Amino acid sequence: MMSVPIEHGFVLVALLWAIGLVGLLSRKNTLFMLMSMEIMLNAGALAFILAGSLWQQADGQVIYILILSIAAAEVGLGLALLIRLRQHIGDLNIDKLDEMKG
Amino acid sequence: MSGQILFYVSASIAVLASLFVVTNKNAVHALLYLVVSLLALAMCFYLLGAPFAAALQIIVYAGAIMVLFVFAVMIFNISQTDIDREKQWLTWQSWVGPSLLVMVLLGEIVFVIVSQQNWATNSTSVAQIELVDARAVGSLLFGPYLLAVEIASFLLLAGLVGGYHLAKELPKKSTKQGGSQ
Repeated sequence: MMSVPIEHGFVLVALLWAIGLVGLLSRKNTLFMLMSMEIMLNAGALAFILAGSLWQQADGQVIYILILSIAAAEVGLGLALLIRLRQHIGDLNIDKLDEMKG
Repeated sequence: MSGQILFYVSASIAVLASLFVVTNKNAVHALLYLVVSLLALAMCFYLLGAPFAAALQIIVYAGAIMVLFVFAVMIFNISQTDIDREKQWLTWQSWVGPSLLVMVLLGEIVFVIVSQQNWATNSTSVAQIELVDARAVGSLLFGPYLLAVEIASFLLLAGLVGGYHLAKELPKKSTKQGGSQ
């Protein structure tokens, strides 16, 4: 189909992963942290697809499907927790979740 | 050649849209940028010879999971005060530390990736990306990976039960007990 140097694909993976990590570390809103984690998960999925197309095997896409189901379960549970958080403390600030004090 | 240009264009769209997701103050706008990023990645998957993964990315990720996000944002009922509070939280000081550290990390990763010499020798067919179709994926999924599929189904069931349990309305009595403890 085409010829992209495979290392450019992995540089794209690293870029997306770094963007997601910056968002995860510097945002205070838990909803945005969840979205940043989605970006990081997608970068991982892209790495598996790249490896699958590098070695001409379907295993990469199989692992991609497993990552998809993990992301679905994680988003469902995370958003349910966020709904409960919003009911309790009014906003989504992660710094307010220090009631347990270690 | 045209496939190469398409790949680079959709890759840069994905990176830009992810940047907008991370820096946006309005949750709904950030969600829509996230959908754009996922669709651009689906284009990349298609160009890398994985059309089945591209279709799943559009249907499941950009369709189902993002709809879940949109419903949650509707329940949160984002108002102007939320956006103003977000502007207060997002000072430039909060960006400096994480950005510097992650930049160093990114530089190291890119250096390692680019300095690998044996990309081309590992594979005989880097130059020509072949299609890996859904038939091969399916026969692997229900052959050697059958146990993983079962475990994924357990995981989804656990997510379903946990989501139902966490998001349902608390009865008044149990909240009082929780408050007094």
